[in-house]
Amino acid sequence: MKQNETHISSYSSLATVLAILLLMTTFSVLVTGWHLGPFTVAAALLIACIKAATVIINFMHMKFESLFLKILVSGVFLLFALVIVITFIDYLLR
Amino acid sequence: MSEVSNNETGNHISYLRHQGKYKGILSWLLSTDHKKIGLMYLYSITVFFFVAAILGLLMRIELIAPGKTIMEPQTYNGLFTIHGIIMIFVIVIPALPAIFGNFFLPILIGAKDVAFPKLNLFSFYLFLIGAILGILSQFAGSGPPDTGWTFYVPYSAESSTNVIFALTAAFILGFSSILTGLNFIVTIHRMRAPGMGWFRMPLFPWSLYATGWIQVLATPIIGITLLMVIAERVLRIGFFDPSLGGDPVLFQHLFWIYSHPAVYIMILPAMGIVTEIFPTFSQKPVFGYTAILISSLAIAFVGYFVWGHHMFTAGISVGSRWFFSFLTFIVAVPSAIKVFNWISTMYGGSIDLKPPLLYAISFIFLFMIGGFTGLTLGALAANIQVHDTSFVVAHFHYIIFGGMGFATFAGIHYWFPKMFGRMYNNKIANIAWGINFTGFNLLYFPQFIIGIQGMPRRYFDYLPQFQTGHVISTIGGFILLAGLTLMVYNLVRSARKGAIAPANPWHGVTLEWQIPSPPSHENFDVIPEIKTKPYFFGSTDENKSK
Amino acid sequence: MSGQIIHTEHTDSETGKLGMWIFLFTELFLFGGLFLVYAVFRAKYSAEFHTAAAELNAFIGTLNTVFLLVSSMTVAMSLTAIQTNKPKLALFLVTVTILLAALFMMNKYFEWSHKFEYKLYPGSEVMRNLPHGEILFFGLYYMMTGLHAVHVLVGMVLLSVNVFKIKSGKVSSSHFLLLENSALYWHLVDLIWIFIFPLLYLIT
Repeated sequence: MKQNETHISSYSSLATVLAILLLMTTFSVLVTGWHLGPFTVAAALLIACIKAATVIINFMHMKFESLFLKILVSGVFLLFALVIVITFIDYLLR
Repeated sequence: MSEVSNNETGNHISYLRHQGKYKGILSWLLSTDHKKIGLMYLYSITVFFFVAAILGLLMRIELIAPGKTIMEPQTYNGLFTIHGIIMIFVIVIPALPAIFGNFFLPILIGAKDVAFPKLNLFSFYLFLIGAILGILSQFAGSGPPDTGWTFYVPYSAESSTNVIFALTAAFILGFSSILTGLNFIVTIHRMRAPGMGWFRMPLFPWSLYATGWIQVLATPIIGITLLMVIAERVLRIGFFDPSLGGDPVLFQHLFWIYSHPAVYIMILPAMGIVTEIFPTFSQKPVFGYTAILISSLAIAFVGYFVWGHHMFTAGISVGSRWFFSFLTFIVAVPSAIKVFNWISTMYGGSIDLKPPLLYAISFIFLFMIGGFTGLTLGALAANIQVHDTSFVVAHFHYIIFGGMGFATFAGIHYWFPKMFGRMYNNKIANIAWGINFTGFNLLYFPQFIIGIQGMPRRYFDYLPQFQTGHVISTIGGFILLAGLTLMVYNLVRSARKGAIAPANPWHGVTLEWQIPSPPSHENFDVIPEIKTKPYFFGSTDENKSK
Repeated sequence: MSGQIIHTEHTDSETGKLGMWIFLFTELFLFGGLFLVYAVFRAKYSAEFHTAAAELNAFIGTLNTVFLLVSSMTVAMSLTAIQTNKPKLALFLVTVTILLAALFMMNKYFEWSHKFEYKLYPGSEVMRNLPHGEILFFGLYYMMTGLHAVHVLVGMVLLSVNVFKIKSGKVSSSHFLLLENSALYWHLVDLIWIFIFPLLYLIT
């Protein structure tokens, strides 16, 4: 385990991340104005996932954390997604 | 291995007599020592266990004859509900991590305490508050809850009894479980002794690791589900109410998404305990260390995806039923692998049939009956016949009580000398075992038979053809209670008056046997440095460090 | 991931951080149950969800999203400030974070009371007469935003504790685990909202 390599984020990098997030928020509001039909949910969710990943990687510092933690967080989201998918095996096939 | 002194009277002060910041009773109630917290859990859980067991026995008395015997139907419904709530949420889910995990995890990995000792004490108080709230649900306001511990909607949303009390109790108990799991995961990651790589860690800590992940990732789901039921009762929110567009089966999905993994919280540490006992009483290393390790993780992971096998008759889709049945059969495989490994551990070993081994061997027998009948339930066609019958009741009592329960008895007989510095009476322990084993099988085996014949579960009354089975079962219940009482009496008496225990009465090789009985406050005078495989019984070249 | 466990300051902070991340996982699964219910009923009642969502004010929702995103930045910046030994700046940034959270809560209060005025709450006569899908949408709306609001409040309390500890020097450039973990918690609050926002407000 590396000792004390605490990476410190610069103010400008954090502000840049915010700008990107605000841009994506604007985009997600616009997208829902377009008539994508059933793909509206998918589009909105996809943008939300990218925003979430941006927050996790940058604000929550995941970019600089251990490989273990990266795999863990991904695994947790994957597990949750699997539970939803399996529940839908019931609901979609009834 | 570290050269820790082996003498029991030496110049160390037992943790039982250590006085830190607080004196007297406060040195227990405010203690953050993992060993004292483990004992506080032991004492409370033992008390709650006997309360719930007696409630169970009252049910058995009622069922000895058809029709009303000693109570009204409403009372019976309340009894099976609170019996289940206490047994599941107060006893079986918490017990092994909270008692033996707390006491021995730090010692087994060469640490002085868990990662977050204050959080550990907080977990205990959450546990106590939740348990007391559960008991209070029997007395306050509108009468004891009668929904069953599974709180199925629509009845749990409509019943006029103290359902919210029970839901809140379960929520708080769940939070306690989450924090314990969190604590153990971090402890195992961060506090292993120098030289103890992951694959030098003994298998009981490994089982606690797998269990910890289930505790933190599954329990929150039942947390939110209980909140949803409260929202149904108080706000008529409608998620589970068809008249408002909701789906009652959705509750079942949410409930079992937690409650199935929960049974692995119950059984994984139990398996971990017997995995420690077999090598010690065979005086040879565990057979298939890696296989058992991977099996534990596999059970935890696959166990996440089988919850629908509780819902085969609830109206879920065919595709769903196929999926869950298939995975239910898959999840049995790692457990079977472990059984093979335990038996192979004993094979060719120098067997010492002391009470811990006696309980561990009977654990295998009872667990296998429970496991096989689980496969019967997991088979779609057979499930139609036996779902919601006594067969299910017998199945889960074999697995939980015969499995986890007997493993707990094995554990307490194994670690008793270390925890209290005294030996119990072997003869009485063996007699108690015999009475327990006999009583247990008389109590539960007939329930398989009448279940297949059609005896429903949670029924106050029944057809006369089932009575013979019920009579045998009730007699078994009394025998079992007698055996449990004798067992506990032996232990309680020996804790004060038993012969002084040596540091290593069983010639074990894991770290807890290298320190005095009872341990000192900080466990180790010097943190050991680990140089060998975890079950290193001798100095043959094959056994030396990997 | 294991290596030599030497008990120094930094090892303890790694321990604390791991503990916090695991706690965040539990929060994810807690809200996850609600997202599962949402998914099931959205699939079943897509048209009615669409109709009901029109009752929500997308502008206020977007504003709240902006508040939380900015507050995530300010709390992340406060960590940078404390790590570079600028406690006064850290104090200012944490305070701004709390203020943004308060603005969020104020918006939430106005949103909810507006709906209460129209008797649009679970169990009301108005609610009961709505189509099923709309009843469920509002049930989800209240429960998801309600539970989220509870977490915003807890976050505000945590951050306030940090204000006091930065002032007293207990949280400093060499001891910032509390702020780091509180920031992680705050980001989680933001994360949950990032998903709630499109699912409730943007399906028109």
